[in-house]
Amino acid sequence: MEYWLPIVYLAIMGLALLVYVILDGYDLGVGMLLPGATDAEKDLMIASIGPFWDANETWIVLGVGVLLIAFPLAHGIILSSLYIPVTLMLLGLILRGVAFDLRVKGGDHRKALWNRAFFVGSLLASVSQGWMLGAYITGLREDITSLLFAGLIAATLPALYVLLGAAWLLMKSEGELFDKAVRWGRRAMLPMGVALLLVSVATPVVSEAIARRWFSLPNAIGLLPIPLVCALVYGGLFWFLNRPELLRRGYAWLVYAGIVLICVMAALGLAFSIFPDVVMGRMTLWEASASVASLQFTLVGVVITLPMIVFYTIYIYRIFHGKARALSYE
Amino acid sequence: MDWDPFVLARIQFAANISFHILFPAISIGLAWVLFYFRARYTLSGDRAWEYAYYFWVKVFALTFAMGVVSGITMSFQFGTNWPGFMERAGNVAGPLLGYEVLTAFFLEASFLGIMLFGKDRVSNKMHLISAFLVAVGTLLSAFWILSLNSWMQTPAGYSLDEGVVTVESWWRIIFNPSFPYRFFHMTLASLLTSAFLIAGVSAWRARAGLAGPGTWKVLRTGVAIAAVAAPLQIFVGDLHGLNTLEHQPAKVAAMEAIWETQRGAPFTLVALPDGEARKNHLALEIPHAASLILTHRWNGEVRGLDEFIGEHPPVAPVFWSFRVMLAMGVLMLAVAWWGAWSCLRGREPSMPLLRALSWMTFSGWVAVLAGWYVTEIGRQPWIVQGLLRVDSVVADHSSATLTGTLLGYVLLYVFLIFSYMGALRYLSRQEAASLVLVEQGESSGSRQAQEVV
Ligand code: HDD
Ligand code: HEM
Ligand code: HEM
Repeated sequence: MEYWLPIVYLAIMGLALLVYVILDGYDLGVGMLLPGATDAEKDLMIASIGPFWDANETWIVLGVGVLLIAFPLAHGIILSSLYIPVTLMLLGLILRGVAFDLRVKGGDHRKALWNRAFFVGSLLASVSQGWMLGAYITGLREDITSLLFAGLIAATLPALYVLLGAAWLLMKSEGELFDKAVRWGRRAMLPMGVALLLVSVATPVVSEAIARRWFSLPNAIGLLPIPLVCALVYGGLFWFLNRPELLRRGYAWLVYAGIVLICVMAALGLAFSIFPDVVMGRMTLWEASASVASLQFTLVGVVITLPMIVFYTIYIYRIFHGKARALSYE
Repeated sequence: MDWDPFVLARIQFAANISFHILFPAISIGLAWVLFYFRARYTLSGDRAWEYAYYFWVKVFALTFAMGVVSGITMSFQFGTNWPGFMERAGNVAGPLLGYEVLTAFFLEASFLGIMLFGKDRVSNKMHLISAFLVAVGTLLSAFWILSLNSWMQTPAGYSLDEGVVTVESWWRIIFNPSFPYRFFHMTLASLLTSAFLIAGVSAWRARAGLAGPGTWKVLRTGVAIAAVAAPLQIFVGDLHGLNTLEHQPAKVAAMEAIWETQRGAPFTLVALPDGEARKNHLALEIPHAASLILTHRWNGEVRGLDEFIGEHPPVAPVFWSFRVMLAMGVLMLAVAWWGAWSCLRGREPSMPLLRALSWMTFSGWVAVLAGWYVTEIGRQPWIVQGLLRVDSVVADHSSATLTGTLLGYVLLYVFLIFSYMGALRYLSRQEAASLVLVEQGESSGSRQAQEVV
């Protein structure tokens, strides 16, 4: 129990954060793509994420919640070290969350203002999340190299969200907006590739122990699929994005699926690097974990509710399946 | 200027939670009101109820969004501002917050999508069910978070292991001594807040000549809820106070500004409590009344602040917040019964009544904030009563960082409050859809996109 429970929780936390990136990623991406669209397209883009964004954001609450439930000691260290990017991210999420509603309820004369707020909020939240990831995988250090590195991730990671957003729009739109989404997707590929490369290279460079883990022999072969799959999918995405006719024929979801696959691989790689630390080089998951009694108590809830959550999330995606229409309450 | 980081961290947390609670205070109650509107429409087929639903669901969507984004801020701030709290009390706080996310947040956030935008995509029954599930979600959310907050006020069911809280009984933790009182008091507070909101906005629309049949139905619903909930709230509040007297006597002494333990203590209506001199200036008192309320005896003994020197909260803010809440409670009762009396006689509400109702639109916010200030400031200097002091759990951020982020939050919040009010005003200014319907004759039913009740 003492050994396994923290591992189970680490897996749940990782899963929640991965689902967060995959789901909230697309709606943040749509927000960042807003300035390039006409007014009518803006309405449609926002309509396409309307029924989902709130539930998508809940996954990060779950991720942070699990960090708090299972690893209270790490929760304090991580969140107080990341104080500034966390605050910026929160300000960004607040701005876009309210802009979503106020742009249609505050009167037409304010709509342009709220559209801008939606864009700024999405960008701010994405950049801060990149910063947080960058800082986290350099072990929350505060020397110049680590800061620079975090800055680089902050500048490139939003491209992943933009790509997810474009892929989402490929499934949700038609006509000119669709063509735009193809172009947006193509443009996001390069910076996303850079971000991916940086994240992969970082951990072995920062920590010798991790480098040894990746590049010693039996491991290196076992791990080969991770970079290999990433490279293959990356090439595939490129190929697809240059063939809009195919995408239009109903294969657009493949782009989305490809990015999801990349995210999953990146998460696996990261997990392999960092395990069993929760704060790199400082604290293992067993040192950080809460008491067994507390972990067991919550696990009951997780086992019962998580399948239900997955079930009704799928149900809701099915209800709103298909090309987006204008949002109406009536 | 160099401010104490500890004070800044407290101000920041207080600013955030004060902003947050404004929106749950509306959405918990309003969710049930909306469910009621929707159910009335389903049962009777009366379009006026449907329009009532469509108007208020827009307000709900906006309120809910504000609640969600400010709530996400709250869930991070436990870690960013009070890391020590999680290290020491994480075994209790973590699971309770976790259950809130798992049982409540996903439920609300997911079915909200259908409740708001699903009209054409699901059956009327499923739409009704979604409204119900969202309402259940808000209530569950209140259940868990209030359980945690109550545990911080009246901890039970735990033991200490080298300063770290470990769990002995979940049952006693969740249903800790003050929890039932706080849960009912807060649920009623939320019902009252939304009742006065819907009645107040409807009254305002009536005065502006924008009211249709739906508007009157909403107004009467608000008045009816308030007329029942207001007296109940006063009753529950009294029980709540007696419970607090048992478990947090220092808080009650501060609420009543009683500096010395005494028999036959007077109830102080207004005064200027002076923490330096440890006495009240300019006090207006009702003899023996405090003893009567708190011990139900003419000469009952009431413990004073002199028994808790160094361990009692600042008196003036607690004293005054409590007075504000009581005044609001009494005012709400008066206006609600006036309205109910007028409705029962089957008359059109008179102009003075409409004016009174529209003045009371945000009375719930005032009372809720005042109530929480009593509760939270009254707990000082403890973060967990008798167990953990606030100053022992604070994070060590520099005051420059904290000042900067605090400024960021406050500016954003002020801006958002104005925007929220602006949107509410904008929505309320439009002519009622049910009014248009009357003018056009029931059957024509040509509705535009922007229609409102
Ligand atoms: C009595 C009620 C109550 C109280 C005291 C609090 N909340 Fe709250 N909260 C709610 C009642 C609520 C709600 C009714 O469930 C909300 C408000 C509107 C909404 O959208 O859900 C919500 C939303 C909400 C959300 C977003 C949920 C989502 O994504 O759907 C979070 C993360 C929190 N809250 C967290 C907190 C924390 C950490 C609090 C304490 C410090 C807190 N809330 C106090
Ligand atoms: C929702 C309405 C609430 C309001 C308006 C509110 C208000 C406040 C205020 C004004 C303070 C600062 C007190 C001071 O430092 O003098 C405070 C502190 C605090 N509250 Fe609340 N609170 C609310 C609910 C909650 C809940 C539900 C929790 C936890 C579950 C909570 C946890 C805390 C903590 C951890 C602190 C910081 C430590 C402290 O100063 O005691 N609060 N709150
Ligand atoms: C007039 C009669 C009322 C009485 C006697 C009363 C009593 C109390 C007491 C004693 C507390 C503090 C409990 C504690 O910290 O231990 C409290 C808190 C509170 N009150 Fe009231 N109250 C009244 C009216 C209201 C009204 C009308 C509202 C709102 C509409 C309200 C909302 C609150 C809230 C939100 C809290 C903080 C949460 C809690 O501790 O329950 N109260 N009330």
